[in-house]
Amino acid sequence: MKKFLVSFLYNSVRVCADGITLKRFSDVFFSSTAVMLVILFVMPSQSLAETEYKEAVPVAENPEIEKRMLALTEDLRCLVCQNESIAESRADFSNDMRRIIREQIKANKTDDEIIDFLVDRYGDFVLYNPPMKATTVLLWFGPLVFFILSTWFLVKFLKGRRQEIKEVTLSEAELKKAAVLLDESHAKVSGNQHKENDNLNERDNSSTRKQHQKTDVSVRENKGNNV
Amino acid sequence: MRYLLPLFAFLVLAVFLFVGLSLNPRQVPSPLIDKPAPEFQLYSLHEPDRIFSSKENIGKVWLLNVWASWCVACRDEHPLLVQLANSGIVPIYGLNYKDENTTAKQWLKHFGDPYIASVVDPDGAVGIDYGVYGVPETYVIDKQGIIRHKQIGPVTVDSLQNKIIPLIVELQKQT
Repeated sequence: MKKFLVSFLYNSVRVCADGITLKRFSDVFFSSTAVMLVILFVMPSQSLAETEYKEAVPVAENPEIEKRMLALTEDLRCLVCQNESIAESRADFSNDMRRIIREQIKANKTDDEIIDFLVDRYGDFVLYNPPMKATTVLLWFGPLVFFILSTWFLVKFLKGRRQEIKEVTLSEAELKKAAVLLDESHAKVSGNQHKENDNLNERDNSSTRKQHQKTDVSVRENKGNNV
Repeated sequence: MRYLLPLFAFLVLAVFLFVGLSLNPRQVPSPLIDKPAPEFQLYSLHEPDRIFSSKENIGKVWLLNVWASWCVACRDEHPLLVQLANSGIVPIYGLNYKDENTTAKQWLKHFGDPYIASVVDPDGAVGIDYGVYGVPETYVIDKQGIIRHKQIGPVTVDSLQNKIIPLIVELQKQT
């Protein structure tokens, strides 16, 4: 049986390799399927025969203790793999910690006592919820301070922007000056355009009007800056 | 001013991030520094009849080195510990952490034994009292039995010369 399987596997692989060079679809398809089938059916049955299965070690003798232990350890950091909680981690350290916490729960210790036991040995670093202390004030209130400061800056900035745009009242003399300037530019623009495009009177007019408006605005801005 | 403020904010952020990135997350400050070393009574590896008590060392500065034969990093620091022991600067005691006695003895025979005594902590209970989480760890304990320094991970030439030995010399001057 084994010999047959080996030769079958060998042939399939060879055909598979040939098939790839010949690029015949049917050959490649059938031989690769055969290889996969052999792998699927032969390998597990062999390993089934060879390995002995062990019973899984029962994790929880007492589900109530286990529940309390898990609730506690979810908020505790494993010091070895620091981004995992003691509840999640499979590190030796976390195994020990879970064992100790189970023992302490059995000994009727309160949650606070158990956490103190760990903090005494490993420091606040084991806690995912840092306690409020002089050294952690920035951690606790930093975001709030940052929020208040940034809101203040935003409000100040928006108010300041509103104040930037001011209506400017022009004096008689300034108006006259502006009118002269406008006339000049008007004459220039229309003069040029009359020479170049006689036929496009209609468009010409509209563009001069636009020009007119633009200059108006720029004059106002200039005045604003001067003030 | 308009450009200075964002630039300033960026620089502050950059400094914080730079400092944050250069910190070593493995160096967790031990809460046991400047606190009395947890007491223990354990039998020694070579003389199982002799119970060693940590109180015996009151009055002298000593090192407690947590080691195990399964610990690879312990091999790195071991020659340094042997050298330190030969120099006679400080007595070194070993805490054989969660180890098998026979393999531990073989290991010491092979790599050298720097310890005055190596006590056996098979289930790691004393190790947990000392806040051990990554072997090797080395504690400097002063004459009053107070932990003055904890080296997490292997002792290096640098840490010995710049931290541990100067600290020991200073502590030995105190009464």
